[in-house]
Amino acid sequence: MQCVVTGGNVKVLAKAIHSLSRIGDELYVEPCFSLCVNQSVQTVFRSVATLEKTVEKCHIELDEAKDRLTFTLHCKHGLLKTHNLSYQDSESLQAVFDKDSYANVFRAHPRLLVDTVVHFPLSVEEVTVTVSDERMWVRNHVEDEAERSRAMLTELCLASDEFDHFAVKAHHSITFCLKELRGLLAFAESTGLLLSMYLDEPGSPVVLSVTDSVLEGNFVLATLSDDHNLCKNNNKGPDAEQPPPPDDFMNDDIDSYLIAMDTSVAPGPSAANPPTTSLAAARETPSDRHRIRRHSEEEEDGDRLPNKKFRSIFFGSVLPPSPQTSMQPVPTQEVLASNSEDETEAD
Amino acid sequence: MPLSTQSQGEDEQYILVTSLDNARNLSNLLKAISFKDHAVFTTTPNGLKVTVEDCKCVQANAFIQADIFQEFTIKEDLITFQVNLTVLLDCLNIFGGSTSAGISTALRMCYKGYGYPLTLFLEEGGVVTVCKINTEEPEEPIDFDFCSSNVTNKVILQSESLKEAFSELDLTSEMLQITMSPSQPFIYHRCLFLLSTFGSSGSAHYDYSKDSDMMELFRCKETQTNRYKMSLLKPSTKALTLSCKVSVRTDSRGFLSLQYLVRNDDGQICFVEYFCCPDEEVEEDS
Repeated sequence: MQCVVTGGNVKVLAKAIHSLSRIGDELYVEPCFSLCVNQSVQTVFRSVATLEKTVEKCHIELDEAKDRLTFTLHCKHGLLKTHNLSYQDSESLQAVFDKDSYANVFRAHPRLLVDTVVHFPLSVEEVTVTVSDERMWVRNHVEDEAERSRAMLTELCLASDEFDHFAVKAHHSITFCLKELRGLLAFAESTGLLLSMYLDEPGSPVVLSVTDSVLEGNFVLATLSDDHNLCKNNNKGPDAEQPPPPDDFMNDDIDSYLIAMDTSVAPGPSAANPPTTSLAAARETPSDRHRIRRHSEEEEDGDRLPNKKFRSIFFGSVLPPSPQTSMQPVPTQEVLASNSEDETEAD
Repeated sequence: MPLSTQSQGEDEQYILVTSLDNARNLSNLLKAISFKDHAVFTTTPNGLKVTVEDCKCVQANAFIQADIFQEFTIKEDLITFQVNLTVLLDCLNIFGGSTSAGISTALRMCYKGYGYPLTLFLEEGGVVTVCKINTEEPEEPIDFDFCSSNVTNKVILQSESLKEAFSELDLTSEMLQITMSPSQPFIYHRCLFLLSTFGSSGSAHYDYSKDSDMMELFRCKETQTNRYKMSLLKPSTKALTLSCKVSVRTDSRGFLSLQYLVRNDDGQICFVEYFCCPDEEVEEDS
């Protein structure tokens, strides 16, 4: 096997390798059969910035007799860099997926998702993506119910008009690894191509791809299967099925949360946002409803939200995750700004 | 100026007095050879030579000629002493080592003789610091007996091209192999000036074409392949980074001489040199 990569494409190859290195330690190369090359391949393309300036051509050759994969970089000023890497034969890996049969397809510039994931702390391992006819929600996935009360929960909402293509046939909610997503987004962004996302039911892999005339990249990520998803996302309310997060200000769930927080909401453009599932079970009284409606109406007038790219709010769980949620914050938690009105509303 | 307010009497006691308006002209060069704690200072009326050695296998020398200094007064033909180089560098950078233009530390370095400390007067922005560093009995530097008449192969390159190779060197490789050849006897390489490493994941080769515009001189008498311990040569990367040109020479024994041409902040030329013994004689490429 021999192939030659020229000019700017060397940079693309280098970025692909760097991106893949964030996903796993071993690289499978498949010309006609597969081999497994360890992470040393990344050292061949160590500095992408330098590569861009100095490499004119990259020649890749497979020498089966010597079990050797050779990268030859023809650089400026007559410098020739040759890297001979050992490899191991391995069985061919085939990811089983058929993205064309998937219920939901989205297409957008990778920047949209890059700007979304940047809000999650690096410690977040998994994210849950939920889709409805007009919206996509991305939030961090918390494994443990006990952790849920202590963890910082982050949720962002993207509107369909932020995408180049937004086609939803089934309202699914899937959970997958954020680390891999970040890696592939960095690569996708560097290609300057549109990113397509194929999403189906929990358990089916989510596929993200970039395509043009010279390159096709498919990133296939496993998602948590159905029973997993349900258990974790259960709001402990009477409903077994997770209701889609409300997305308008008139919804009482948000309002009751706002009362408990006694905050005129997070600073900046973001006003209220769909609360996490633990808050969906918050109780309210009819008098609340009335008072609250006015409160949120006032707020809504202040912001022309549809113009904003996306709304985000960071909030910790002030309400205990029990269905019998009282309006009082948990006594052991620090209340930064208590709501004197709570006493009258609480049941 | 504060540094010159020392009494005339005290000045007369020093057998060596040197001063620099910009201490970086000394500290940068010393950093390029600072792979060990101790350095031997050898001073003659021609200038200052600072030597650092490791394992009796590698030696680095930094040369600062007398005319680089604003003042260079020496009362003896040869003065040698040994100091802790790390401490000296810390003192030279005592004001934080600012690299902004216009701000520099002025240095006055004085020595009274055997048994006396090396005294440094450092001034920046009107603040003066005095440092006295204990001197030690100097160890005799090794004479690698590298003479130009015995040089087999010599190559002069612009540092820029070698800098890339040295920064990418596979550190899992125990050895750095240097091959120089006047002809092209090998199948895989155009083998003229070749740097090779053999690491845990495979081998890497940096082949510098004779026709490259980075190569200023190529004078090879015979094919030579020598291996040097990576750990000994890797520190030379600092000198390489500072330099604009480098000469690579090997002699008939396979000893390596790397000479770096360094331009200091004021554009003056100084030299740094590394000598290294080969690890084993390799007659043919493996």
